[in-house]
Amino acid sequence: MAGGDDLKLLGAWPSPFVTRVKLALALKGLSYEDVEEDLYKKSELLLKSNPVHKKIPVLIHNGAPVCESMIILQYIDEVFASTGPSLLPADPYERAIARFWVAYVDDKLVAPWRQWLRGKTEEEKSEGKKQAFAAVGVLEGALRECSKGGGFFGGDGVGLVDVALGGVLSWMKVTEALSGDKIFDAAKTPLLAAWVERFIELDAAKAALPDVGRLLEFAKAREAAAAASKDEFND
Amino acid sequence: MAGEDELKLLGTWASPWVSRVKLALHLKGLSYENVEQDLDNKSDLLLASNPVHKKVPVLIHNGKPICESVVILEYIDDAYGTVGPSFLPVDPYERAIARFWVDYIDQKLVIPWKVAFTADGEEEKTEGIKQMLAAVHTLEGALKECSKGKPFFGGDSVGYVDLALGGLLAFLQGTEELCGSKPFDIANTPLLLAWVERFTALDAAKVACQMSASWLSLPR
Repeated sequence: MAGGDDLKLLGAWPSPFVTRVKLALALKGLSYEDVEEDLYKKSELLLKSNPVHKKIPVLIHNGAPVCESMIILQYIDEVFASTGPSLLPADPYERAIARFWVAYVDDKLVAPWRQWLRGKTEEEKSEGKKQAFAAVGVLEGALRECSKGGGFFGGDGVGLVDVALGGVLSWMKVTEALSGDKIFDAAKTPLLAAWVERFIELDAAKAALPDVGRLLEFAKAREAAAAASKDEFND
Repeated sequence: MAGEDELKLLGTWASPWVSRVKLALHLKGLSYENVEQDLDNKSDLLLASNPVHKKVPVLIHNGKPICESVVILEYIDDAYGTVGPSFLPVDPYERAIARFWVDYIDQKLVIPWKVAFTADGEEEKTEGIKQMLAAVHTLEGALKECSKGKPFFGGDSVGYVDLALGGLLAFLQGTEELCGSKPFDIANTPLLLAWVERFTALDAAKVACQMSASWLSLPR
């Protein structure tokens, strides 16, 4: 890490978007101050650093805030290009493919999954689940194409897509526990199932992914609170 | 541009996302084959090039397809880094800011605007318009910050944010006719209004953005 680099991450431990940033920082071997935010009582620093969305994660680098998880990841990759592995390849076409799949993960997997988990009606939840599973099916094909025999979407090493998907893994396991469904089923999506096992063994994953047991308790408590009153958890 | 460089754009004349790509190609001075698609009868080429979404735009560069308008914009900037102007700044922090505002446009302006246009219920429509106008208000502030007194979000020349918003102009201008609300006006968004004048006067905009009234008759 270059001398004089001050990195501060405003986050909340349950957030998969924050986890993505922690993964990237760990992969790059970068030190940072981990600032846990109370999302029911957002700090002045958070409100000042992300006035538009008032959300975490925010990475503050030498006082300058960067918002939105995937934007932060690309920022880290560009600023710390000579530190640790690169998340994006050098070739423009391969970069475009990676960006395409990152957008896919967010729009077609993460968004429906959230609806499955937190939808207001059974119909909404069921539709979210259906779309999430469809996306997992498509991602199996994507992994086959992108990995080119290597173990990751990034090929031989972890890339942007791996981090984008890896960030939500603890939540996927929690969802499996709550619903009884297997999201990454070795019978249906063998490459992805193997990828999951490979990913969680990474040092960066061990450092960054929230503990599944703790997250499960958090999820149950939040569901109970939501059932009782209006849930304002706004990550 | 290297010899034997072949660019093909699968698009439709009315699509703002296709307009974004056309703008970028024109600004870079790149020749391409414009292949107009019939979205009610999708071509084999489109289905083969974008099997995941089956949507336009798709840019096919020497036979290799790139999909999603913002991915295509970054690709054009990456692949043609030494050709014409750059859309993204060199500085990583400024790039992050540009990406932030493009994401904002797609999440906070486009999505509610689509709702305003296509929702059946009056309440949903009204909420869509309200959110859209709030986003435009925020973008007025963004323009002030990003341009720092210069003509574009990108500064002296058209940048990534300008392209993302510029591609939408034909549709946004039509908002007043369809929803009764003006997106840009002198009282609330003077900077954006001036930016619109400036942007639509660009040669690239005249070629790439079909600001015709006939799109109003398109089925919603």
